[in-house]
Amino acid sequence: MIEIGLGHYLSLGAIIFFLGVIGIFLNRKNVIVILMSIELILLSVNINLISFSIFSGDIVGQIFTMLILTVAAAEAAIGLAIIVIYYRNRGSIRVEDIHGMKG
Amino acid sequence: MIAHSVFFYFFSIIAIFSSLMVITSRSTVNSVFFLILDFISVGCLFIMVGAEFLGMIILIVYVGAVAVLFLFVVMMLNVAEQKQSWFIGKKSTHIPIGLIVSVLILLELLVVVGGWKYKDDLMSSSTLNLSDISNTHQLGLVMYTDYILYFQLAGVILLLSMIGAILLTFRQRKGVKKQSYFNQISRDPSSSIELKDVESNKGVKIND
Repeated sequence: MIEIGLGHYLSLGAIIFFLGVIGIFLNRKNVIVILMSIELILLSVNINLISFSIFSGDIVGQIFTMLILTVAAAEAAIGLAIIVIYYRNRGSIRVEDIHGMKG
Repeated sequence: MIAHSVFFYFFSIIAIFSSLMVITSRSTVNSVFFLILDFISVGCLFIMVGAEFLGMIILIVYVGAVAVLFLFVVMMLNVAEQKQSWFIGKKSTHIPIGLIVSVLILLELLVVVGGWKYKDDLMSSSTLNLSDISNTHQLGLVMYTDYILYFQLAGVILLLSMIGAILLTFRQRKGVKKQSYFNQISRDPSSSIELKDVESNKGVKIND
């Protein structure tokens, strides 16, 4: 309990990943919260990579964390742009109102 | 060892609490506030565990760019809903939660700055040898040599996303008067000047 090891960091990452996935399924409000849940999931992946990098003494994990950060920023920009044009065309971004593919 | 566990539990409890609030809060603006708190907690955790450069990058990129982008879009899209409850009105829920989040962020930054002297204790559990060379230096030594291709590809991805976002949200508005340099420069007197003989006491009708 007192000794903080790799397992503690991996547990933190797993809990945040779990909360992100739950956020995708539970969300009934709007699509922006789904994008935020995806950001949470990517953050938990970053926690995993950095803790492995620190505890196993290899710097490469931190480099891959930076690449994931880049992809997360690009994904947020594109996703928010898509949400903006969807709102402009349909006037709503509620999850129930988005059923163009009959899913 | 005690210091490490205290810091770990402090930041991770705040991170888990705020990610829980992200997915359960009623208002989207509050979700974005808690997302910012979550990013800052995880960034502080990275700084304390020895990955200082990435902790700072998370503070700058995630909090400074991505979360603020979310906040912009939320405020832009839900203007009609939020006009009631933003500053005026009785049920203004954004101000108290914003204050709570700000106080927590200040507390976390104080803990990071104050806990810097326990750095050696924190680093004792890691096997990464950081005593002689800093984290940023170490990262640069690997990133700009072995992983230069991935670094450049990351830049291409960012450029692509910028172009994509601009193309997606660009729209040509009808009826907006714009200056066109090409049309201005390429007109000549024959197409723009018309000479008329004016008869006395008649005047001239100008049609434009």
